[in-house]
Parts: sequence; C-alpha cells; structure tokens
Amino acid sequence: MTGSSFNADDLAQFKQTFFDECAELLADLEERLSSLQEEAADSEALNAIFRAVHSIKAGAGAFGFSQLVQFAHRYEALLDRMRDGLVEQNERVADVLVRAGDILASFVEAAQSEQELGEDFGSEVGDEIDLLLAEIDGLESVLTSEEEQSDENSDSEGVQEDQNKSSCTYLIEFVPKAELLRHANEPLLLIRELQTLGDLQTECSLERLPTLGAMEPEDAYLSWMLTLKTDKSEEDIREVFEFVEDDCELKVSAIAAKDSGDGSLSFQIIEEVTEESEEDQATGTLKSEKPGAQSKAAETSVPETNPSDAPKKANVAAPKAKTASTPAQSSGVSSIRVDLDRVDRLVNVVGELVIAQSMQAQEAEDRQNGHEFLMNQANEDMSRIVRELQECVMAIRMQPVKSVFSRMPRLVREVSSKLNKQVRLLTEGEQTEVDKTVIEELADPLTHMIRNAIDHGIESPEEREAAGKKGTGAIKLLARHAGGNIIIQVIDNGSGINKEALLKKAISKGIVSEDAKLTDEEIEELIFAPGFSTAQAVTDVSGRGVGMDVVRRNINKLGGRISVQSVEGKGTCFTLTIPLSLAVLDGMLVAIGAEKYILPLASIVESFRPLEEQLRALAGGGEVVSMRGEYIRLIRAHHLFNVPGAVTDPCQGLVVVTETANGGKVGLLVDELIGQQQVVIKSIQENFDPVPGVSGATILGNGRVALILDIEQLKSMPVSADNWKSSSSEPLEQQEASPANGEEQRTIAPEAMTDTEGMQVPATV
Amino acid sequence: MNDHVESPEQEEISGEPSSVQNGNFHQFISFKVGNEEFAIDIMAVREIKGWTETAPLPNQPDYNLGVLNLRGTIVPTFDLGCRFGMGSTKTTPYHVVIIATVQERTIGLLVDAVSDILTVSDDQIRPVPDMERMTAAEFLSGIITVEESMVVLLSLEKLFNRGDVTSATQIAA
Repeated sequence: MTGSSFNADDLAQFKQTFFDECAELLADLEERLSSLQEEAADSEALNAIFRAVHSIKAGAGAFGFSQLVQFAHRYEALLDRMRDGLVEQNERVADVLVRAGDILASFVEAAQSEQELGEDFGSEVGDEIDLLLAEIDGLESVLTSEEEQSDENSDSEGVQEDQNKSSCTYLIEFVPKAELLRHANEPLLLIRELQTLGDLQTECSLERLPTLGAMEPEDAYLSWMLTLKTDKSEEDIREVFEFVEDDCELKVSAIAAKDSGDGSLSFQIIEEVTEESEEDQATGTLKSEKPGAQSKAAETSVPETNPSDAPKKANVAAPKAKTASTPAQSSGVSSIRVDLDRVDRLVNVVGELVIAQSMQAQEAEDRQNGHEFLMNQANEDMSRIVRELQECVMAIRMQPVKSVFSRMPRLVREVSSKLNKQVRLLTEGEQTEVDKTVIEELADPLTHMIRNAIDHGIESPEEREAAGKKGTGAIKLLARHAGGNIIIQVIDNGSGINKEALLKKAISKGIVSEDAKLTDEEIEELIFAPGFSTAQAVTDVSGRGVGMDVVRRNINKLGGRISVQSVEGKGTCFTLTIPLSLAVLDGMLVAIGAEKYILPLASIVESFRPLEEQLRALAGGGEVVSMRGEYIRLIRAHHLFNVPGAVTDPCQGLVVVTETANGGKVGLLVDELIGQQQVVIKSIQENFDPVPGVSGATILGNGRVALILDIEQLKSMPVSADNWKSSSSEPLEQQEASPANGEEQRTIAPEAMTDTEGMQVPATV
Repeated sequence: MNDHVESPEQEEISGEPSSVQNGNFHQFISFKVGNEEFAIDIMAVREIKGWTETAPLPNQPDYNLGVLNLRGTIVPTFDLGCRFGMGSTKTTPYHVVIIATVQERTIGLLVDAVSDILTVSDDQIRPVPDMERMTAAEFLSGIITVEESMVVLLSLEKLFNRGDVTSATQIAA
C-alpha cells in the first residue's frame, strides 16, 4: 500500500483521523493537567503530557497547521525542560501548562473548523512560556545547552522543523535491517541516487555496530541520517527507497515550511504520523496502566520489543486503525473506536447464530419425524444467542462518559475565573458506559448545569468563609449504572436553592398564582419552568432564563428524567436518569381493547385495580383515583385513542400508575398487563407525521406493530382531541368531551401545556 | 430499495398532464377500488403484498388504517376507498396493499385488487376535464382509456401532501 497514489479524499480522511486522535489526546492531556494542579506530576505524568503534545504537533506538521505547530513546539519545549527537572513545579508553572493546554485545544478546534485564529492568538500564554524558558535557560545555561543538544537529537524531527524554515529540506532517517544486504541491496547506491536529487548531507551512525567478534559479515549495522535539500517531491525520495522499504526503517520528514499545506505530502508521512502517535499511545498505556486509553491499545499492536520487525507491525496497525473508523467517516459523522474484544464477541455470537439457524432449519425438515424436543432446544438456543447478539451490538455503541466529563474541568476553570470564584471539580465513575448518542446529547445539558452551579450555586470565597465553609467550592460530577439507566449527578456544596426567593420570583412572573400552596419539592421544581432564573443579575455566564427548562427538554428527549434536591446553605444536587440506549427500551406490554401498546417500564410505578369508592369524577370532566390517600389523575387511554371494545369500568380493568418527568403521577386505565418485554424502538416519523401521545413503535413477536406510548404527551392531550373520528364516538365520550383543562392546572409543569413542543414526539432512533 | 427514484416522467405526468409529448411511453400499475379502476406510476411502487392487520394510530382520519410492519419498517397504510369517499373497506385476506414511495416516505395503499400493468404513450393520457371545485379532483392527474373503460391516473404526491408536515417541522425547529 505504500506505493499507492493519494488524492484529496484520502487527505480528508487522514485529517479526520488526525482530528479524532487529537480529540483523544486532548482529553488525555486535560485529565493529566487537572491532576497536575492538585499535586506535582511525576515523570510518568509529564511524559504522558509530553507525548500528547508531541503527537499533536507531529500530526499538525504533516497537515501544515503552522500556527498550531509553533505553539505546540513552545509548549513542548517547556515540558521537555520539566521532564529534565530544570523547572521547579509550582503553581505558576502548572497554571501556564493548563492554560497552554486550553490554547492548544483552541488551535486544534480552529484547524478542524478551518477557521483562522488571529495572529496573536494565544501569544499571551506563549510569551509566558517563553519567559519561563528564558528564565530556565538563563539560570542553567551551561547545563541546558548540553542536555538540549542530546535531547534534540532524540527528537530531531520536531526541533529541526524550526531551524530550517524557508528551504525545502527533508530529513531522512534510514536504518537498514540486518537482512538488507542479504537481500541484495546496497545502501551506498541508494545514497548516491539521493545525491542526484539535490544537495545531500550524510551522517552515518555507528551506534549499532557490535564488537568485531559478534559481527555477522552479511548483516547491515550502519544507519544514516540524511539531510536532503531538493526541489523534488517526497514521493521522488520515497521512490529511491522503493525496493528496500521492507528491509529498513525509513522516516522521511519535511522540515521546510514551504511544503506545508500544499497537499502534496505523501501518503507515507501521514501514515507515519499516525503510526507514531499510536505507538506512543500504546506504550503510554502500558506504562501508566491507565484504563482510559485501553481501546486504543487493544487496537494497535503491542509496543515493539524487537526493533527489526517494528515497521512491519506498525504497518499492520495503521491500516487496521483506519478500517475501524472508515464506515463512520464516510457518512460524515464522528467515528467510534471499538474494543477489539467486543467485535470478536460479536463475530462469535453471529457464528453461533448461524449454527443455531441451520440447526433449526434441519429440525424443521425432521419435524415430520416427531423430533419436537430438539426443536425446542434449538429455539431456546436461538433466543439466547439473539439476546446476546443484541447485547454485543449495543456494547459496541457504548462509550465511557469520560469523553463528556473530561470537557468539564476546562469549563469550570473558565467560568470560575470569570466569576472570581474558586471551584474544584471532582469526578467519579468516568468509566461508566452509555450509548454514544446519549453521550453526545449529554454535553450540552451538563455544560449548562455546571455553569449554573458555579454561577448560582457556589458563593464567592468571602461569602463562603462568612458562612463557615471552605473558600473553595466543590462540584462533584458522578455517574453510575442503575438498572437499565445511567444516573448522572451534579452536586455542588454552594448555597442551595433559596426557596422563598424562588417562589417570589415565580409569583412575580405569573408562573404560580399568589395564593398557591406548594410543597418544597414543588418549589424546587419551579426552576425547570421556562423563563426562570434566580440570578440577581444577568451575567454573561448564565441568567438569561433559558436554562433548566432547556436542560429538562434535552433530557426528556433522551427518554430520561431530571430531578433536583437542595438544602439551603448546604448545596444542590441534580440527578439525571437516562436510559442506556435509545435503540431498545424496557417496556410493559398492555392491552387496550383489541390493541396492544408498550408503556416504558421506567415510568411505571405500580398498577392496581381500584374499588368503586376510590374513583371520583371531577366537575369539568376529569377523573381522579385515590391511592393510599393520594389523588391521581385518571386517564382513559381508550378515550384518547378511540379504541373500541376496551374495558370502560376502571373496577374491571387496571390502573397503571406512571410517573412523569417532573415527578407527577398519572394513572392510565388499561384492560390488562400482558408482560414485560424488551423492545426495539422503531421510528414512526420516518414514514409518517408525528402522532401525539406516541413516541415510536415496535414489532411484536407475532410481527404486528405495537405503539410505544409517551406518558408526557398523553398527560397533555385533551380528551377532546378527537376531531377526526366523529363517526365512532362512544356515549361515554360525550361526558368527557368538554375541555379538560380544569384539572390540568393541578400539575405544576406549565411547559407541558403551553409549550407547543410539548406535543412533539421525542426523537427515536 | 430505490427510495429516491422519482423519474422525471412521473412528475411531468402527474404534475402537468397537458404537456404531452408524442412517443414517450410510461408504465402504470392499475388497480381496483370498489368498481373503479385507478392507476399509479409504476416507478413509485416498491412492492405489492397481501393485507395484514395494522396497528391503528390514534386520532387519525378514518382512511388512515394505522401502521404495518414491512420487514422491520413501520409503514403507515391508507384505505384508498375510504379516502375517495366510498366508505371504509371491510378488509379480507384477499385485499392487497401496494407499498409505494411518495416523497421519500414509504406508505401502504389498501386496494381491492391489482389489475394490470399499463404501457401507454403520452398522447393516450387525457387531461381531467375542469370540474367544479371538488377536493378529490386535485389528485387526479389524467385519464387513460383502456379497452373501452376508463382508468384514472392518481398523483400520489398530491394525495399525500406533506405540506402540513414540513411547515410543522419548521416551526418545531
């Protein structure tokens, strides 16, 4: 593949790979930097940071992002000094490092979105780095220059890049393998050939030369470092080595800036960059035993132990990494990296499925012979395998929430410094896995909530000390699994929700009537009302009143719920409960008349058959059912959906009590519960308009379609919505046909009624 | 699975039946609803299958029969007879559902029976004469004479107009 030609498509693809990798590297960097702030880093952590920055730089160099390269280089230089122990790690240095990390991220973002950042972007931090460097170099001039020398040799690629900016110069590292000579190749000829291309400087390394006694006469021991000044392209240089590429380690890198960005870079160099960074990663992972990068390590080869076969291995690793991410790239969306283990498992299960299927086919043939027992066996096997298969496929989409969590430290830094507050962010359960789609949808709400927590929750240091707390506030972000859901909590130890102020504000905004008596929970719920903000003044951080209602809507869209608990003066805790996947749903199959519907299991609290005295029709058409002293609104599903033949007497049917997102309860009258079932969510909107009250559909075992009910929407559906079917109205319906708005005032989530989007069907897969 | 096949011919015919060109042949699938014969462009038809029970969707017009499962795809199905004001069809296993693609959506059409594939040239398609303002007339795009009997061409685009939907999605967005 090394000889293949190379076009714009490929370049775009490599760029995408580069940015994917950058994202991972930056996340890693971010994580390490934040630990740096807490304690001085050991050499391992510094190495990891250095590697991340270096890999980004190397990749950026290949694609000609010169601004990024320059900045990364300065950054790297500082890190390098730190590795050598020349820089004392203090707060100032840590701060510069962290800020430089942010700048680096901005550069990468800009490069990705093809935006131009201003010439002086990041120069402030850059200058600070330079200042630090100058100090160090001034203090330790003698020592440094020596060390640097040796250092720069080991890292020649990067440093030389800066030395030789204007001319078109290539640095060629040519390390023949032992068998090169035996394969009838002669390095001298190659070097002569190179000489014809331009101005060549050679440097021969005797490093690998063994003692005379150990020398094999037929083995190659010399290696060369060649500097070639030429107007030829890199491909021409590669061509010289075409016949020996399997027998040597070859690195060709452009040093000159002229080359950058014109797209004529060869295939190989890009490949080299990816290889290199992945190897970096792989070694890094092994060393640090950090589980975060494990998927990557699993994909690439084991770090080379035997230098002679390293290039071959790397060559294998690079294309593999590419194929893994290709399908996603072609559709223009982000790719995911999948643990090889998971793919293997999937392949195994599919294999089993094929066997089970053929078994079943066989049995079907033999059936006349009365082998029913075997048939059952095959069926059982099949259902087990299919279930497993589904789990495997789902697991591929699973990603640790770390990718979202790792964006938060930067946010906390930015927001808290803007507001002059001191905030520490603690995270827990970063490895908790959830569907990729969910992760993507989580970023916005979490950002919002953390911003809110810093702005409204955490007090200023003075206030905190006055209240007898530590000056530095803390925000805890934690994730864990609970059943089929992931629970994410954002906890702060700030001032908590001031319920009085909240209520006052709600009254002044007309969200609650003045004489309303609300429980504490109901008051806390108010922060999810649209147009609500308790911040004293609107800051540029938050407070424009498009806050928590949007968060709630986003979470609802994911099929999740959000709730809040708060103790005044102690802090606030937001809890998000989100299903692990948007593709399947744990549902309860219920019968209403001849139809079957699915209720999301997560929203079901309990079900019971009420006695007559538990029922009460309210004036205005509503109905309530009492359950242990609590009055719950009763919704007759068959009315809303016009299902004929359903049980109309609640005492004959079942009332399923469901909990809605804001904690309110609604009782749904159904005929009977059929059973619990995991269902695959199918979209109705793909071929039809959104249907109120229905969030999607699924296909039952008998091939028929069952609709998945959306409790939130059912709640806000007027019974009189039946303006289509005038012919099939039942007598009972007239009773309730009058607008049922009266009882809806009881719920304290006005958005459900007023918001037109409340009627919108949540997006399904 | 040619979801996106919308031949230019089809638009020409369904949109402007008056712009006839000699020598251009088109194929239509004709089917029976009640006692009448209708036809739709063959390019819009994906498959024809026997009637299976559907799951009714709540609060839809009478002619919406609900959704059926077409190998994992949820397909809304419509009773053409009911749509044309002939009353709801009493379905039997002998009824037929034509699966068609209209504006990138897959829908099912309940008809009594599929009759034939018609190959006609443009000049055989007669325009629908100006009627008094009848709602139904909008989705009739032409009339073909086949062996002394009339076959009415339907424009599925006009029959299943998505105008309302798009405006609704715009508002939501």
